[in-house]
Amino acid sequence: MTNARSKRAASPASGMTRRKFIKRAGAAGSLAAAAASVPAVSAGAWGGETMQDAFGTFFQDQYKKMSPEEIEEALARIERRALRETGVRIKCENTPPIPGVVFGYAINISKCKGYRDCVYACVKENNLGRDSQMQYIRVLEMDRGTRNLEKADHYYDSEIVPQEGKYYLPVQCMQCDNPPCVKACPVEATWKEPDGIVVIDYNWCIGCRMCMSACPYWARHFNWTEPEVPAEEINPLTHYLGNRPRMRGVTEKCHFCVQRTRKGLLPACAEACPNGARIFGNLLDPDSEIRYVLENKDVFRLKEDLATEPKFWYFSD
Amino acid sequence: MGKSMAVRHFIFDAIKELFTGSKRYWSWIGFLLILLAHGVSSYVTQMQSGLVVTGMSDQVSWGFYISNFAFFVGIAAAAVLLVIPAYIFDRKDVKEVVLLGESMAIAAVLVALMFVMVDLGRPERIWHVIPYIGAFNFPDSILAWDTLVLSGYLLLNAATLCYVLFLHYHGKIPTSKLYFAVVVITMFWAISIHTVTAFMFSSNPSRAMWHTSLLGPRFIASAFASGPALIIITLGVIRSLTDYRFSQTVIDILALIMTVALQMTLFFVGVELFTDFYNEGHHGASIRYLFLGIEGLGNLRPWIWAALAMNLVAVSILMLHSLRRDMKWLYTACVLTFFGIWIEKGMGLVVPGFIPTTLGEVFEYSPTATEISIALGIWAFGMLVFTILAKTVVAVELGRLKYQDPNPYRPRAL
Repeated sequence: MTNARSKRAASPASGMTRRKFIKRAGAAGSLAAAAASVPAVSAGAWGGETMQDAFGTFFQDQYKKMSPEEIEEALARIERRALRETGVRIKCENTPPIPGVVFGYAINISKCKGYRDCVYACVKENNLGRDSQMQYIRVLEMDRGTRNLEKADHYYDSEIVPQEGKYYLPVQCMQCDNPPCVKACPVEATWKEPDGIVVIDYNWCIGCRMCMSACPYWARHFNWTEPEVPAEEINPLTHYLGNRPRMRGVTEKCHFCVQRTRKGLLPACAEACPNGARIFGNLLDPDSEIRYVLENKDVFRLKEDLATEPKFWYFSD
Repeated sequence: MGKSMAVRHFIFDAIKELFTGSKRYWSWIGFLLILLAHGVSSYVTQMQSGLVVTGMSDQVSWGFYISNFAFFVGIAAAAVLLVIPAYIFDRKDVKEVVLLGESMAIAAVLVALMFVMVDLGRPERIWHVIPYIGAFNFPDSILAWDTLVLSGYLLLNAATLCYVLFLHYHGKIPTSKLYFAVVVITMFWAISIHTVTAFMFSSNPSRAMWHTSLLGPRFIASAFASGPALIIITLGVIRSLTDYRFSQTVIDILALIMTVALQMTLFFVGVELFTDFYNEGHHGASIRYLFLGIEGLGNLRPWIWAALAMNLVAVSILMLHSLRRDMKWLYTACVLTFFGIWIEKGMGLVVPGFIPTTLGEVFEYSPTATEISIALGIWAFGMLVFTILAKTVVAVELGRLKYQDPNPYRPRAL
């Protein structure tokens, strides 16, 4: 089992337990204080939340079924919770999709050298659990001459790349146009947005992992334990369907940095790539770089035979 | 006296029956309660720390729980093997034990549902599956179908069992057309629960090992071997511990069904092995991992070879008439079949489906002590439910538990 945990991340992060300890001690302290004092609205009895917030979160409806007011309340609850648990004042938004935009991604595998800068930028941008070593992007070190994934090395050392005779294949959620994960979910906790991004309502997911069985790209990851991010490393600009704080027991995955891309920014991975291997853009815009690539390069998609229609292509120079 | 009074009498009498038992009965109940308590305490640990206490990972995201789930849905479905001869062929001998079969179905469905519950990351959100209140992804999601068919099957069996027991308690036999209709529905329903459970796996083209149309038939065939095996053992126990008697022909017919079903199961395994290995490719990777291991990794090898050996020995015993008719040999075959199929359909099917992963990584899984403890707790709960139901059934059928009119001189108005 320790094997499972350490093997999950391509490069082991620091095994930090001090923060956890402080947090536990703090929680115990506040609980004791609450017990000693006159019961206040913000007593620790509901895990440090007000009863109203605890109930509000528990009975919160599925994202698409909530009214704008209910969504506002949900966003405010998330911000309050983050402040209470980490002391960080985050902003949780729900920026809607931009009309006339469907996002697509293409990777130039001739330019990818396997540095994993995209992986680490993603971890930071998306507030991925550090202890739990969550990573959305997996870069595979492949032998030249084959695209057989069973021969891929998942745990190559990114300090000594590129290696002779190897090429590198980054894999992440392909935001399939026909996503099998969405079909598999028994509670509609995951769906495809109008801009093509497959999103998850972390507050609605029951953690059955049907989607993980259904995904052909190993893009979906589960919070086996409480995801924790050191306060000083938290990215405070968050989106409800994206990088806002997650909880234990739910699935998460790459969402094309919905908090950035819906504001016209590039995903963190695309921005981080030192080689310009990552091309991201609007598939509906005929003048976009992504459209140029699709029309002028010999592109391919992974496991196209499964008919999931990924919006994620690979090409080489 | 109104109907509600009659129901109350029945319930009171049944409860009284459950609290009267020999020392052996109470030690059995105590033993089950200890296992259950141990399981509950392990579950509390899991609730506090998350599913990190299991051996599961992003690579192998279902393990011991879902393995047991798949198996026990099969046990539940196998009750139909008593229902069909009892009601369609009107076999009097099978009718004598059909209520015990239905009791087993109820216990097995509850066990299956509990294995899904303990596998959930956020069990407190289970209400999200309730149509209208939650968001039920029907008909798209196979798990939504499974929720529907399993809870329906539970209701159908519970309703028939209670109805028939209640009538027997009053010395009557069920004759209503509605009852017969429900029984017929239950038969088809039984096949559906296990087929849908197979579809939970086979509907994933991403997992080559599961993605075969043979999976549904394989599930049904192996359920019809493991189910009768458990019923034969259970009937044997009931015969030796109580005064309840039933015809040996019941055992004969179950043993025969089991023999044929086990032969088919092994044939299906052979067919899959041929298809995967004759021209071996990507589709065969999981089967190779399961039976032979890949690059030295092969945690599941002992499991699957043990299962294959157990099933082969069992089928050999069953195919020899003289051995099959000898109760000692038959019980041996039943135990072997039960555990053989338990592995074959559980750890030998659910886990290797994830290995290698969809990105080709060979990553191993083995259950942790916490997982095993929780599973044992659920098994104990299932046996507890069955014990309670079976004790009531036996008492009613023996006439020990029957309606005693508090005022025998008043004409009965039920």
